[in-house]
Amino acid sequence: MLVHSRAGRWAAWGLFGLLFLPLFALPLLVVVAASFATYWSGALPSGPTTANYAAAVRGESLQALTTSLITAVAASLLALTVGTWAALAGAALRRRGKRLLDALFMLPVAVPSVVVGLAVLVAFSRPPVLLNGTGSIVVLAHTVLVTAFAHRSVSAAIVRLDPAYEQAAASLGARPAYVLWRVRLPLLLPSLTAAAGLCFALSMGELSATMMLYPPDWTPLPVRIFTATDRGSLFSGSAVAVVLMATTLLVLLAVSRIRTRASYR
Amino acid sequence: MSGIRFDGVCVAYDGNTVLDRLDLTVEPGEVMALLGPSGSGKTTALRAVAGFVRPVAGRVLIGGRDVTALPPHKRGIGMVVQQYALFPHMRVEDNVAFGLKAQKAPKSEIPGRVAEALEMTGMAAYARRYPRELSGGQQQRVAIARALAIRPGVLLLDEPLSALDAQLRSGMLAELARLHRELPDVSILYVTHDQVEALTLADRIAVMDRARLQDCGTPQELYRAPRTEFTASFVGNANLLPVTVADGGAVFEGRALTLDRGRAAPGAAATLCVRPHLLGLGAGPNALSGTIAEVQWRGSTHRLYVDVDGHRLKADLPELRETPALGDRVTLHFEPRDAVLLAAGVSRA
Ligand SMILES: Nc1ncnc2c1ncn2[C@@H]1O[C@H](COP(=O)(O)OP(=O)(O)O)[C@@H](O)[C@H]1O
Ligand SMILES: [Mg+2]
Repeated sequence: MLVHSRAGRWAAWGLFGLLFLPLFALPLLVVVAASFATYWSGALPSGPTTANYAAAVRGESLQALTTSLITAVAASLLALTVGTWAALAGAALRRRGKRLLDALFMLPVAVPSVVVGLAVLVAFSRPPVLLNGTGSIVVLAHTVLVTAFAHRSVSAAIVRLDPAYEQAAASLGARPAYVLWRVRLPLLLPSLTAAAGLCFALSMGELSATMMLYPPDWTPLPVRIFTATDRGSLFSGSAVAVVLMATTLLVLLAVSRIRTRASYR
Repeated sequence: MSGIRFDGVCVAYDGNTVLDRLDLTVEPGEVMALLGPSGSGKTTALRAVAGFVRPVAGRVLIGGRDVTALPPHKRGIGMVVQQYALFPHMRVEDNVAFGLKAQKAPKSEIPGRVAEALEMTGMAAYARRYPRELSGGQQQRVAIARALAIRPGVLLLDEPLSALDAQLRSGMLAELARLHRELPDVSILYVTHDQVEALTLADRIAVMDRARLQDCGTPQELYRAPRTEFTASFVGNANLLPVTVADGGAVFEGRALTLDRGRAAPGAAATLCVRPHLLGLGAGPNALSGTIAEVQWRGSTHRLYVDVDGHRLKADLPELRETPALGDRVTLHFEPRDAVLLAAGVSRA
């Protein structure tokens, strides 16, 4: 939005400060403040320390961070593959089929994630596919949850893609598979990286479905934060939360830096 | 050498017929312009050749081969569309090489043929650029080079000049004519709504209106002796006057006119077609007097709009020393050989 008058600009900033700061920034600042505290009884935290961080980046917390990273990367790559595939297939379908496919992929978003977690747990707790007790059941549940978002954003990008490109390619004698690899996917790349970033962030923060099915040797970071605060270790939990936040932001930043040639259009 | 043949081609979108039984043959090596107003079905006809729409009836043949059921990538055509559709993520040279790579041309041949195509379109110096770094005219040359690199038997051009400004357009028109002289074996189907482009470039022009082929012939035929009212007014913007055929001429609003070419039987209703630039100012044979309704100065010519008994005539005259004023009474005339009689109601225009 462009605001031209000086008063208008001040008003816009004022509104931004009024809405954004208390809603978004303040809670995060409180967590950051808590992560450096030993106790918090008055209005402000006291007993500044970095011990919480020292604990947050080693041992079980470090283990949990790696677990989260592996889970998120695996889940978002899987989701991106499946979501893109489905979106491409959906684009080739007639209206009725496309709507059905869209609805199917939105299902995990509409259903509470606790239910998704439970469903995955029940479905894979007995042969033929026995995943319960392994890390892959967490990856699977996350994939189910985030694929919807990958599918959604890639679908939207495909709709925006000018069919003139693929038609030009076909008129030059390119088979559909060649058109897909050399023209459509490269042109979709900016949307694919954006979708991957979104999936990664969602997976990094996922708690409710994870709680239903994580095995003891595959504890993602959000679970660790939950158990820590549940035990009453509010400040060490905060430090772990800040680590989670920072890692996610860092990865998102890196992903958004992947400038593709197609995005220079 | 391969030509194109439309054999009773019908195309419909959601039950709306947008191409109605098109029969048309583009001879090998010929430039055929598909001329008509916007929405007349020209692009649809071209897309039927390229394979992007499936006719509901009829056949499309390229080089004598029925391609109606063939997917686009197996048709061996070159195509340039209005917005060029250059691949934005590839350099110019990779755009031009795309078709060769897709068709698995021998690796050793590709650079030579890319260079050749770029040379032909005058874009050799821009091989390393990205499309976004080129002007509209340059992008268009690259699009043509890309289509020519695969050495297609037929080239489909859909309003290729419409995104360019007037000056570039006339330059590109000359370039296209030169390209066709260099590639005499390529049949070209050239879609346009601009009669100047069609008259300049085409060996023959097919005139389309409302999903139908109205007329087809050489530019001279269509211009000098149009067969339908639609052709007469769309190509060259002719004056059309309702007349009654008489012996050796016609009668227009009670005036007897002498004509060289009268095909219809006396007494029949007909339409008289006179080109604006064939009308002269002042007394002469076939005089028509009326009042000036509008005067437009167009540099080297004046365009007068003259109301004659409720019919507005357009006359293009060499620049006038003394410009008539609105409401002045003037007389226009034309030579008997310069008018054409059309049977009334031949076209539904
Ligand atoms: N994809 C489409 N779906 C529905 N109608 C279409 C489609 N493409 C073209 N049409 C219709 O077909 C008619 C002819 O279009 P087109 O061949 O593009 O005309 P032209 O190229 O002569 O301007 C128009 O009335 C247009 O609205
Ligand atoms: Mg068109």
